[in-house]
Amino acid sequence: MKYLTMTLCFFCFFVMSNQTSARKITLTTELQNYSGDGAYLAIYLTNAKGQYQETLWIAGQKSKYYKHLTGWARGSRMRTSEYDGLTGASVTRGKTLTVTLDLADSYIDSGFQLKIDTSVEDQRDNRNDVVVPLTTAGAGKPSAGRGYIKAFTYVL
Amino acid sequence: MLRKFHSWSGLMATLLVVMLSVTGAVLSINPVMEFAQAKVAGTSSISVAELAGKLASSHPGAEQIQRSPSGSIIVYYTKDGQTGADLINPITGETIGAYSNSPVMVWVKNLHRSYLLDTPGRVGAGIATFLMLILTISGAIMLAKRLGGWRQILRPIQGTFRQRLHCQVGRVAVIALMLSATTGLYMSAVTFELLPDYQSSEPAFPENVKGDFPASIDTLTALKSIPLSELREIVYPYKDDHNDVYSITTHQGSGFIDQSTGQLLSFQAFNNKQKLHEFIYMLHTGEGLWWLGLLLGLGALTVPLMSWTGIQIWWRRKRSTATINNNAAPKSADTLILVGSEGNSTWGFAKTFHDALNLAGHQVHTISMNSFANNSESHYPNTKRLFILTATYGDGDTPASASHFLTQLDKMTKIPEFPVAVLGFGDRQFPDFCQYAKDVEAALTAKGWSQLLPLDTINRQSPQEFSRWGNTVGRVINTKLSLVHTPSHPRCTTLSLIERVDYGVEVQAPTAVLRFKQPDVNDKGLPHFEAGDLVGVLAPGTKVARFYSLASASKDGMLEICIRHHSGGLCSSFLHSLSVGDSIEAFIRPNPSFRPASGKAPIVLIGAGTGIGPLVGFIRNNKSHHPIHLYWGGRNPQSDFLYEPELKTYLKDKRLTELNAVFSRTNECSYVQEKIGVDSLELRELIEKGAQILVCGGRDMANSVMVALNEVIAPLGMDVLTLKAQGRYREDVY
Repeated sequence: MKYLTMTLCFFCFFVMSNQTSARKITLTTELQNYSGDGAYLAIYLTNAKGQYQETLWIAGQKSKYYKHLTGWARGSRMRTSEYDGLTGASVTRGKTLTVTLDLADSYIDSGFQLKIDTSVEDQRDNRNDVVVPLTTAGAGKPSAGRGYIKAFTYVL
Repeated sequence: MLRKFHSWSGLMATLLVVMLSVTGAVLSINPVMEFAQAKVAGTSSISVAELAGKLASSHPGAEQIQRSPSGSIIVYYTKDGQTGADLINPITGETIGAYSNSPVMVWVKNLHRSYLLDTPGRVGAGIATFLMLILTISGAIMLAKRLGGWRQILRPIQGTFRQRLHCQVGRVAVIALMLSATTGLYMSAVTFELLPDYQSSEPAFPENVKGDFPASIDTLTALKSIPLSELREIVYPYKDDHNDVYSITTHQGSGFIDQSTGQLLSFQAFNNKQKLHEFIYMLHTGEGLWWLGLLLGLGALTVPLMSWTGIQIWWRRKRSTATINNNAAPKSADTLILVGSEGNSTWGFAKTFHDALNLAGHQVHTISMNSFANNSESHYPNTKRLFILTATYGDGDTPASASHFLTQLDKMTKIPEFPVAVLGFGDRQFPDFCQYAKDVEAALTAKGWSQLLPLDTINRQSPQEFSRWGNTVGRVINTKLSLVHTPSHPRCTTLSLIERVDYGVEVQAPTAVLRFKQPDVNDKGLPHFEAGDLVGVLAPGTKVARFYSLASASKDGMLEICIRHHSGGLCSSFLHSLSVGDSIEAFIRPNPSFRPASGKAPIVLIGAGTGIGPLVGFIRNNKSHHPIHLYWGGRNPQSDFLYEPELKTYLKDKRLTELNAVFSRTNECSYVQEKIGVDSLELRELIEKGAQILVCGGRDMANSVMVALNEVIAPLGMDVLTLKAQGRYREDVY
C-alpha cells in the first residue's frame, strides 16, 4: 500500500512537472473596425527591459512587409528561423485572431512581456500596439491596444 | 484574323477591363489632390532635423514622420494612450489637420486591384490587364493597317461615326493605355512573385549604440544633413529605451541614427532593381508624378467608350453577314460557291443561290474566296461544279473576302476537273464595271480551268438579272432553279414632305430640293445620319431602292435631298410628283467615305448640278468657320442656281469662304473644270496647305475635274492619285 502511494505520488509529480515546464497559451486578438486592408501582426516576447526573446506568431504571409512590424523586426532581425512555422494569414478589420501555442513555463511570472506590433498597408506602423506583462494574474483579462487592436487576451 | 482576335478578346474582357479602367481613373485623382494640398515649394532648404524640432513641441508623442511622394508630411503620434495622425505644413511645421485615409479610396483601390475578391480577384485583375494590353496592341496594328502603315498613322480616319470615334479615341489614348497596362502587368507579376525580388537588403540593426541620454532631435547631425525633400520616413525610437535608434528611409536608401550621438549607422543604399521598381510603380500610380497620373487616368476613361463603340461595331458587322444554313461539308459537296464581297451584299445573293440549289437536292458548300483550299482534289473530292460570285471594290479593286484568291490560284499546280462559272456584281456607272470578276475569269482561263458558263454580270444588284442568270445555270445543270432575291435593307421609315423648292424647269433640268420631316418622337425614327450619307427611297410598288446623297444631317432636324427629274426615271419621277404633305418610305445607308475629315486644313468642294446637295450640307454644318471654297457648275443663274439664297447667307456668316459658281448656258459659258483651270494658282496654294477636296456629281464631270486638277497640281510633283492615297480627295459620283 505504501509502495502504491509512493508510486502514485511519483507518477503524479512526474506528470505535473511535465505539464509545468511547457504549457498551453491561447492568444486572442480582436481588431478595431479601422478603415483599411488586412493587418499584419507580430506577437512576441520580450524581457522586462524590452529586449526581444521569442516570436509567438506572425499574421501575414508576405515576408517583404515584415519590416513594418518595427519593434519585432529589430529584435528578431527578421531571421526566418525565428518565425518558421509560426505564420498565418493577415487579419481583416473587426475580426479576431485566436492562436494556441506551447509556452515554456519559465516565461510566466518572471517579468517577461507580451508585445504586439501591427501594420496596415498605406497606414501607420504601430510598435507596441499591445504591451502586457505575462503573469498568471493577468491571464484572462482583456487589455486594450493603442493601434489597430481593440482588445487582447491571453489564457494560460 | 486579327480583327476576330481583337473582337473576341474585347468581348470577353469588357466588364473586367471597364472596371479596371474606371477605378484606375478615379485613383488617378489622388496624386493630384495630394499635390494640391501639400505645400512643397521651398522645402529643399529645410532639413529633417529642423522640421522634427518644430514637431517636438507640437507633437511630443510623435512616433513616425512620413513624406508622401507628392510632398505631404504626415506625423503619427500617441497622445494619452490613443494614436493619431496629422497633416503638417512642411515649412512652418504647423498642423493643417487630422490625417486619415479616405475609406472610399481604399475601397476603390481594392476594387481596382482585386475586384474586392482578394487573391482570386488579383489573378482576375492580372488577366484583365493582360487582355487590355493585347487589345491595345492588336487595335493599334489594325489601325495602322487601315491607314496604310505606321507612317500614315496620323492620317484622317474614314468610316461610320462609331468607327471613327473608336479609332480616333483609340489613337489618342493608345500610349496611355499601353503604359497603364504594361506597368499594371508588371505590378501583378511582382505580387505573384513571378519576377525576381526587387527589394534591397535591409540595413543591419546596429549592434552597438552609445546608449546615453538621448539628444534633442533637432541637434542630430545626420538629420541636419538630410533635406526634407529627400525624406520618405523616419521612425522614432521607443520611448525610454536608450538602446533603441531612429530608423530613417530616404530616396537613396535606409539606415539608423543613434539617438544620443546623432550619427548615421549602417546605411544601406537602394540597389538599381529597387530604383527601377519604384520608377515603374510611379509610372503606374502617378504618385510623385501627378500630371502623368492624370493623363493616364484620362486615357483610362476612354476604355468604357472604346468598349461601347467596339461592341456596337462588332454587332453591326455580325448582323450584316448573311448566315448560310445547311452548309454541306467540303468533302460531300457536289457544288461549291465562292464569295467575294466587301460590304456583305454579295453574301445575300450567294445565300439565295445556295438555298435554291439546296432545295433542288444539291449538296452545296459556300465559303469566302479567301477560304478556298488550293489542294482542291483532296479537299473537295465530290465536287462537280464551282461558282464564283464576286463584287468589285471601288475602282476595279479586289473585295475584302477575296484578297488572297488570285495569289492562291496562281500557286495551284493541279487544276481540278470540275468546271467553273463566274458571276460579277457591280455598277455600270463605274468605268471599271465588274473589273475584279473579269480579272478572276481571265486568271482562271489562263490556268486552263474549264468553263461551265461564260462570265455574267449583275448591275446594281438587279434581282431580274440575277434571276435570269439562275435560269441559265438551271438549264446547264439540269435543275429547275428559281432565284428570287430581295436585296435586304434596313426597316423603312415613313417621312412626310414639308417643303419643296423647284429650280431649272426653263433650262430643261427640272430639279427640286425636297425637305422631309422626321416622324414623331414616339415613332422609331431614322438612325443618325450626316450630310453625304445616302438615303434609300422605295418608289411605290418597287422592292429595289434608289439611293440619293443627303444634303442634311440628322441634327438639322430634317432630311433634305436635291433631285433632278430624269424622264423615265421611276424613282425621280415619283419624288418630283410629291406635294407637301405626301410621304415616302426611306432608310439610311451610311456613306462614311464621303465627308470632310477632321482637322484644320481648308476644304475645297467641287460639284455640278444636284451634286451640290451634300456639299451644301457640309457648309451648313460648318459652325466652326473652317475655310471652305465651293466650285459649282449649273446651267443658268436665272433658272437653276441651286441653293442660291442659302449660299449667300453662308457667305455672309462665314460658313462659306468663297463661292465660285459658273454657268454653261450664259454668254461666258463656263464649266466647273474650266474654272478650276482659271483658279489654278489659288487652288495650288490651298492644296500645298494641306487642303482636302470633295467632289460630288456625274461621272463625266468628276473625270474632267480630275484631269483639270492633275494639271493644277503637277508643278507640286503630285497628282490626284497621291491625294487620294492620302485620304485628301474623295468622290461621290453617280
